[in-house]
Amino acid sequence: MAFVFTEEQEQFRDIVARFLRDTSPTVEVRRLMETDAGFDGGVWERLNSELGLSALHVPEALGGQGFSFVELGIVCEEMGRALLCAPYLSSAVLATDAILQAGDLGQQAELLPAMASGGRRGALAVTEPNGGWHAEAVETTATRNGAAYRLDGAKSFVIDGHTADFIVVVARERGSSGADGISFFTVAGDAPGLDRRLLETVDATRKQARLTFRGVPAEPLGEPGAGAPALERILVDAVTALASEMVGGAQQMLDSAIEYTKLRMQFGRAIGSFQAVKHKCADMLLEVELAKSAAYQAAAAVAEGAEDAPALASLAKAAASDTYLQAAADCIQLHGGIGFTWDNDTHLWFKRAKSSEVLFGDATHHRERMLEHWPE
Amino acid sequence: MSERSEAEVRAEVREWLEAHWDPDRPLVEWRNMLADTGWGVPHWPREWFGLGLPVPLSQAVDEEFAKQGAVGVAKAGIRHLAAATLLEHGDDFHKERFLRRILTGEDTWCQLFSEPGSGSDLAGATTRADFDGQQWVVNGQKVWTTSAHHAQYGLLLARTDWDVPKHQGLTYFVLDMEQPGVEVHQLRQMNGHASFNQVFFTDARIPPEYQVSETGNGWRVAMTTLAHERRGADGLRAHAFASERVGRIYEEEAREIATIMEPYKWYPQRAGRVDLVLPRARETSRLDDPVVRQEVAKLLTLVKSAEWTARRARAAQEQGRPQGPEGSLGKLAASHVARAAARVHTLISGADAMLSGDDGPLDGLIAEILVSVPATSIAGGTDEIQRNIIAERVLGMPKEPRMDTGPFRDVPRNVGSS
Repeated sequence: MAFVFTEEQEQFRDIVARFLRDTSPTVEVRRLMETDAGFDGGVWERLNSELGLSALHVPEALGGQGFSFVELGIVCEEMGRALLCAPYLSSAVLATDAILQAGDLGQQAELLPAMASGGRRGALAVTEPNGGWHAEAVETTATRNGAAYRLDGAKSFVIDGHTADFIVVVARERGSSGADGISFFTVAGDAPGLDRRLLETVDATRKQARLTFRGVPAEPLGEPGAGAPALERILVDAVTALASEMVGGAQQMLDSAIEYTKLRMQFGRAIGSFQAVKHKCADMLLEVELAKSAAYQAAAAVAEGAEDAPALASLAKAAASDTYLQAAADCIQLHGGIGFTWDNDTHLWFKRAKSSEVLFGDATHHRERMLEHWPE
Repeated sequence: MSERSEAEVRAEVREWLEAHWDPDRPLVEWRNMLADTGWGVPHWPREWFGLGLPVPLSQAVDEEFAKQGAVGVAKAGIRHLAAATLLEHGDDFHKERFLRRILTGEDTWCQLFSEPGSGSDLAGATTRADFDGQQWVVNGQKVWTTSAHHAQYGLLLARTDWDVPKHQGLTYFVLDMEQPGVEVHQLRQMNGHASFNQVFFTDARIPPEYQVSETGNGWRVAMTTLAHERRGADGLRAHAFASERVGRIYEEEAREIATIMEPYKWYPQRAGRVDLVLPRARETSRLDDPVVRQEVAKLLTLVKSAEWTARRARAAQEQGRPQGPEGSLGKLAASHVARAAARVHTLISGADAMLSGDDGPLDGLIAEILVSVPATSIAGGTDEIQRNIIAERVLGMPKEPRMDTGPFRDVPRNVGSS
């Protein structure tokens, strides 16, 4: 397993970072978080036409660039750092990965090229109002009538679910339980019987929706009833990408805190010269670097299809959950009073950290999963 | 001889070992042969017992020795810090006088830096050396001196000028430990072991030719010693595995290793013995407890992340790239790991965590972990000093205003320091 990025990967990171510095300054983040859609169509178009980011880990035969989760992790890390408001995680990571894991080759060929170009946006609906992140918690039912399926139930925490062109929905066959009967479907965003409501969220920079299904017509994705393994894999990939995004945000909190403590004068000296402040910053650095190492290992394990990928992904998510929130809280603390104001930018990351802390399962959940999958 | 390929070097050393290696030869005689030929420390300069080979080729030589089962020069212990420092800063007399017997293992060394009054603030040393016209006369006290009770020589940092700022008044010497003015007492630690010593000087003598640095320039030389200590923190113990092979030379080497390594035997416990956590949790059935599972998972997350971070730093170094901040974090991470491991061992052991010795879990090993871990965040630079270094050197935060920049005589110091 590699422990350094290649020169090409570092150059790629620089290009992505530069693009995000230009397109996602906090003034833009603040503008977009007040909108319902939550992203800028022009930036989304450029992100795909100039950098091809939605195509990154789509196989070349399907109109993609054929890169791995390591490169995807780099993109997510930089986006988390810049707090980019865009449907990247929802469409290019989650929905794309769901189609790659659950769909058959024909379905992949039908759906992915348009997604890889950014022209069509998907969302992934797994979790329900009960907040469970795994197969057992799925209650939405799929009813078969001949070759046609209809969905009934409710999905929540669906990232960008209110704006996506279509939704990948996880449902179960009527009467099934546990991992049995888990099926994937695609549903058009404007399908009859589908109600989409934008949720009020702590983190306004990432939009979430609640979707209600009342006899919504749905197309099966992959073999109905046999979706549980794909769902497991998708969740492993999802937390890996999210952990990358989170360590990027944590790094930004560290950098912001350091910059401020060098400038802020009290008692006739920069507050960064006080040991109480230095020690907090040194601890932040340690935690951030440890969480980054974990995120990099998880991404590499997923990229290689390694056996320990589920354990490492959960380890990385647990580390990122704790570290990002702590780094954001420390960044507020080091800013003092101004850190608690709306005008100061720190709360934007703090809220993303708080929300990401529990998205796809909190640290406690993932520590348990990590031990269940621990190789020794 | 300069541009030899690895294959040539390997062939050469194999041929030489073929002709000369004999496990029934006396250890010192064999090591003198290594010193004479340069095969013992091939990366050292040719004029000083080496062959001037680049380090990777020198590692190839080590591998050939290992294949043959041939014993190398003495490397374990503080003597390797002495050798590195004298190679860099010593004059021909020092190299001539000391290096060979370091390599043969005839002399053991110790490092006389820390004092009761100056721990983190090493440059605040108050052990004094005064020149009486013929010799330096040393008075004062050092502490935490590993191996002082059997060392022939010490690397001494002593104050020779009290009227200049503290870093400018120190001089670096070699001190002969076997003289009446030097008294060594063992220092018992809270875990019951006595791995270190206190060393008292009462008019101890140093001949002028044993002065290593220029007068007042000792701090710079001490930095060299400390850099090697940090780099080789594990190197001190790297050659600690005595061979079980039969032959006079192996037995002599095993005795040497046993003596040098004795003070380090509790070091694995000091680091927390993470390796025992999962087996202990399983065999005690505590791994069924969800709270224990959470704590074990937290510890494993920390340990693995620290390990990967260290490997990132190493990988960058190996590729000749500038190391990122990850290179400076190892020591601080190790403290976190040790403390977390002690906490989890306690959680797993429950009431048994109160028991030690034969009554304790694993015949007292768990208890030894619990009472040894506090050393990790102190030895070799406290966590607080590490954090200062990280904040200032890695994060570029401003330095603290200093109270000790004037003449050392006027700097406030601990009561009892001369």
